[in-house]
Amino acid sequence: MASLASTAAVTGSGISVGNGITDLHGRQDYATRLRRARLGLFVAVTPILMLFISFTSAYIVRQGLPTFDPGTNSLTRDWIPVHLPSILLVNTCVLLLSSLGVELARRQIKKETALVFAAPSPAAPSVAGKGLPWLSMTLLLGLLFLFGQWTAWRQLAASGFYVATTPSSSFIYLLTGTHAIHLIGGVIALFVAAMASVLHRAVTTRSIMVDITAWYWHFMAVLWVYILCLLEFAS
Amino acid sequence: MATQEFAAHGTHAHAAPQGFIRKWIFSLDHKVIGMQYTLLGIVAVFVGMFLSLLMRLHLVWPSAVLPFLGEIKPETYLSLVTMHGTIMVFFVLTTAPQAGFGNYALPIQIGAPDMAFPVLNMLSFWITFLAFLSAVGAFFVTGGAPLHGWTGYPPLSVLQSSGPGEAAGADLWGISIALFCVGALLGALNFITTTLDMRARGMSLMRMPLTCWAWLLTAILGLLAFGVLLAACILFLLDRNIGTSFFVPLGTINGVVTAHKGGSPLLWQHLFWFFGHPEVYIAILPSMGIISQILSVFSRKPVFSYKGIVYSMLTIVGLSFTVWGHHMFVSGMSPYSGYAFSITTMAITVPSAVLTFCWLATLWRGKIRFTTPALFGIGFVSLFVSGGVSGPFLAQPALDIPLHDTYFVTGHFHLIMGVASMFGILGGLYYWFPKMIGRMMSESLGKMHFWITFVGAYAIFIPMHYLGLSGHPRRYSSLTEVGYLHDLIPVQRFITIAAFITIAGQLLFVVNLCWSLFKGKKASDNPWEATTIEWTTATPPPHDNFGGLTPVVTNGPYEYGVPGAARDYVMQTDPAVATATGD
Repeated sequence: MASLASTAAVTGSGISVGNGITDLHGRQDYATRLRRARLGLFVAVTPILMLFISFTSAYIVRQGLPTFDPGTNSLTRDWIPVHLPSILLVNTCVLLLSSLGVELARRQIKKETALVFAAPSPAAPSVAGKGLPWLSMTLLLGLLFLFGQWTAWRQLAASGFYVATTPSSSFIYLLTGTHAIHLIGGVIALFVAAMASVLHRAVTTRSIMVDITAWYWHFMAVLWVYILCLLEFAS
Repeated sequence: MATQEFAAHGTHAHAAPQGFIRKWIFSLDHKVIGMQYTLLGIVAVFVGMFLSLLMRLHLVWPSAVLPFLGEIKPETYLSLVTMHGTIMVFFVLTTAPQAGFGNYALPIQIGAPDMAFPVLNMLSFWITFLAFLSAVGAFFVTGGAPLHGWTGYPPLSVLQSSGPGEAAGADLWGISIALFCVGALLGALNFITTTLDMRARGMSLMRMPLTCWAWLLTAILGLLAFGVLLAACILFLLDRNIGTSFFVPLGTINGVVTAHKGGSPLLWQHLFWFFGHPEVYIAILPSMGIISQILSVFSRKPVFSYKGIVYSMLTIVGLSFTVWGHHMFVSGMSPYSGYAFSITTMAITVPSAVLTFCWLATLWRGKIRFTTPALFGIGFVSLFVSGGVSGPFLAQPALDIPLHDTYFVTGHFHLIMGVASMFGILGGLYYWFPKMIGRMMSESLGKMHFWITFVGAYAIFIPMHYLGLSGHPRRYSSLTEVGYLHDLIPVQRFITIAAFITIAGQLLFVVNLCWSLFKGKKASDNPWEATTIEWTTATPPPHDNFGGLTPVVTNGPYEYGVPGAARDYVMQTDPAVATATGD
């Protein structure tokens, strides 16, 4: 192997857990990890977008398709618009509120991280864990949203619209269900981020977790608004 | 070896595992994961080849009774067609060159200690492995494997009563494809993030080896295409199991009216081929990168027009999303749409031709070392041209409509997508095997393997073009009763014999692989005298690739024959010589 002109080894991130000791390398390490995680998230939401774009194209195409009616021996439209349960509007408000909550949590942890880097002294004022209530609130609102969606599906079923009843009901369940599955991923991420706070993990780690979860959560909120508009106005 | 530039980097994301399970099974190390993917690809290719042998046997000897398998029925033949295509396209051509070699070599080539997200990397392999088990498992459920072809066209694929393999077998097929999509998406996430964010100091995008460009672009293609296929698979499984009607119109199956109505089989075709045509490039782009690398190394010349190759691959990626309709010319699409898809398809020949000329110009007046990887690289170019020239025929609706359902298409896509890509994979395997294992593969066995495979590939697939031009339909299991096809049976027999010899030739590869694993000559760190970074580190590389150091890149990836240099090559990390691209 080639002889290597190496420099001294640098070990660790330079940040000890939660006590505010830091250095330049630690800040660079944090910035690198945050940038990488954000890039990963940006890449990860692309196929989710492609998934919903595909569903949208299928939705638009399927609406316009005629079907053969053997009773009248002619082509007819089988697209029966389904009245969306009004609870979906309440759910939307809940999700938007949760998005606000996670943003507050994100800003709080950013402040916490900045303080740790700015004031390495152990005597610096502690802001550790101040974002936890916002995270918990978001988590609860997320669960409430999922419960609301479940209620909406029960209402649809009660009015006779199951997954396979009509093409429009199929798409309602498909779009809302796929969104809910992705949102459950966000709920799990929120839970993990909250647990990291409870367990006093390194502030940089917590900051990255909350940051990524928050952006994902915002994406979920925007995606939900899009789905609702599609179902309500593109019929 | 000259002094090369390295700097220290931070602690590796995870420590070197000690136990067998963590080191070789549930490993987070990109190198082990790369080798796992490669091994999966090798197992899958032999399964796929075995299925193709059974198909070839049946075509020329339809009433043969095979040991353990009995007589191959027409529906079994269709199952073999389906699973051969599925396994080869997904688990060989998509898996080995991208996930296999890419996982192994990409981080080392850009000077990174690992992939950006090692846990996701491990998950992506195991999800892909589960997908493979699900696909193969379709043979063992009631009714057997599905009949609907690897393209899964509804309504045949969606209606459980439409054939013996369309019950649980088709569900397993759909689940397999959906799982594969998830695994591939996780892989693409890692490839893109790693390439964009973890390059060593000095490794600008335009200093990356062309392999890295190919893996990056393939990952972008996969990121955009597999999401669409996943959506199609979800609708497919809902139609099959919940009773929705996304793809199935009103109709009768075996005299019984189905519960579906109003769906569109064409909707599946649009979604499938929006994925399906980029998939062709997902299969071949990594091989293009690999052979660009190999041709430069073994002709001892810089690759001809590095930028030309990069921009051509970029153009192909862009155009690949605009051509899916050429797979649907026979679906009754508007002639105007057909015309548009025809133009975009023809346009792809331009960057493809540029690539071919770049490869030929790289070889031109080179001091070619005819090693096994070099032979497979040159073989790739030959097959790419031979398979590619029939592309513009099929790009024109007027020609595609009579040829579409014939062996002409089978010959075309096998040459360009199947065998050419396989040559890239084999070239890559012979090229990186010394780095992976620390031993050389046998050159004499390797060359025998090459010539049998090269001649065999032409002997199998060129005659298929003539069969197609003679009107021989594909997918049919038995043609002995059809008068005008009777005269073509000798050609089919010739193809079958060629297939047997070619597949038997692959045993040479297996022998070489097994023998070289334990008895091969010890490999040095840089046995090919190549310039890219993986050849600067130990063979096999340590857990973090560079022993706690990070390369500092000062040169381009293909610095051969540099005036003033002590040797005929300059490593990417060698600071001793300023080169044209090492500003």
